[in-house]
Amino acid sequence: MEPYPSGLTSTLTDTTQPAIEFKNVRLGFSEGEILRGVTFSAQDRETVILLGETGTGKTLLLKLASGLLRPDSGSIQVLGKDISGMTESELLEIRRQIGFVFQEGALFDSLTVGENVAYRLHEDGVAEEEIEPRVKEVLRFVELAHTVDSLPSDLSGGMRRRVSIARALIGRPPIVLYDSPTGGLDPITSQTIISLILRLRDVYGVTALLATHRLQDGFALANFHFDPQSKKVRRDSSPEAARVAPTRFLVLRAGKIYFEGTPDELMKSPDPYLQRFLI
Amino acid sequence: MADTPLQAAPQEARAPEVPSVVEVLQDLAKTSVLQVQNYSKLSFHSITNLASGPRYIQDTLDQMDDIGVGSLPIVLLSGFFIGAVMVLQTGTQFERFGQASLTGDIVSLALVRELGPSITGLLVAGRCSSGIASELGSMQVTEQVDAMRAMGTDPSRKLVTPRVLASLITLPLLTTISVFVGLIGGMVASVLSLRINATTFWERAIKILEFSDIMQGFSKTVVFAFILATVGCYQGLNVRGGTQGVGRATTQAVVVSSVLIIVSDTFLTKIALYLADKFF
Repeated sequence: MEPYPSGLTSTLTDTTQPAIEFKNVRLGFSEGEILRGVTFSAQDRETVILLGETGTGKTLLLKLASGLLRPDSGSIQVLGKDISGMTESELLEIRRQIGFVFQEGALFDSLTVGENVAYRLHEDGVAEEEIEPRVKEVLRFVELAHTVDSLPSDLSGGMRRRVSIARALIGRPPIVLYDSPTGGLDPITSQTIISLILRLRDVYGVTALLATHRLQDGFALANFHFDPQSKKVRRDSSPEAARVAPTRFLVLRAGKIYFEGTPDELMKSPDPYLQRFLI
Repeated sequence: MADTPLQAAPQEARAPEVPSVVEVLQDLAKTSVLQVQNYSKLSFHSITNLASGPRYIQDTLDQMDDIGVGSLPIVLLSGFFIGAVMVLQTGTQFERFGQASLTGDIVSLALVRELGPSITGLLVAGRCSSGIASELGSMQVTEQVDAMRAMGTDPSRKLVTPRVLASLITLPLLTTISVFVGLIGGMVASVLSLRINATTFWERAIKILEFSDIMQGFSKTVVFAFILATVGCYQGLNVRGGTQGVGRATTQAVVVSSVLIIVSDTFLTKIALYLADKFF
């Protein structure tokens, strides 16, 4: 597995420790309690697929993991640090270790694609001569190098998601959170986005939480792998592939983890609720 | 085991409880206190952010261009005609007592102490407070503010402080220009309508002014600038309810900032008159 081009990989020193860990997390709003004691963890380099109906709190879990929301109770550990009691300024530092791909991209609409991707580097005070090649590099990775001077409004929905992935990738984070990256996209574009997530996982070894209501996205991540030698995505369901890039499903229901297991366990589950996802 | 989406969310199936009048009033009071608290925090941070980095100088300059240069045409136009109309209104009264030459005095005092700061403040609030609220509100509903936070940027530093600072710098300058153009408008009106000599008008307009008058006008512009920028930012960053919410926030920003400017003007005038009496 290759490190990021700069040589930066996970900042997690103890790899037996989970990269993300939720312990009995509860969160409610005026409409009622949405998360009712969620406990799960994501190991270093693991991809956890958060599956559930709309409104079950998948996006909330991602926002909690990045410190954009605070839990009412429970604890959240990210890269070995408890973020649930951190101040906003402490959280800003943690967030620099996390890439967040928002559902609709959330690109800055008054900035060009290049400026959007370079945003974090400008914030970090990186030298201009270093910024340009890094922006070109990540835009090449998402196959959008030609859009560097375009505005987000000139791009299609799928292209905006890819730019959002490039923007999340530019900071070389060890953790990437994807909020419904294929939501509302056609099957071909969805496939392109999933291939990109696969490459990011298999080339750079990032830990990922991916919220989706599309089961096929999860199975694609579990059963396909990117081969850096041939530079192609191949089907590989072998135990060895699963060990190198493990994928796990969490099914959310009524504010709790309803199911947690491997793709195989999900497929074989006789539970009628889970069966509804498999249809 | 429940196997339908409706059964999966039992909390949604409960019949909604009708709150009592007391509960509604309690909620209203709590919400109001929370809003004041959040607005105070945002306003406080907008200033304390200046004490430490990162500082967004380019963003501040961009905002100065937008708020200052962008507001110049309306400030010039309205300033000129306010000065002129002041002369027309007061001049006819002074003429009845044969004191038409006093017009320069009264127009100058009114513009420097009161009309210049308040009219400019209200005009800029109408143009910029709404603009700030709609811009930040759109960013809020499209998750751009969350994206900014997710990338380790503090939105109060990046979005609020540059706008507040730009307003604090540009509104006093705009007010100065407005007062000057208002005096020109007054002079033109007095020459054409009251047949007062232009030199007499200027001499009286300048002579009547004291340091306390200028300080009164200046202190008002600083407070008004702070109000219009912070209210716009607060309304924008607290948008709820999509594009409709952005519209509501824009209207609220203009209404709240205008009302606050007028209310604070009364208190500032009283304080300024007291201080002028004591120290100048």
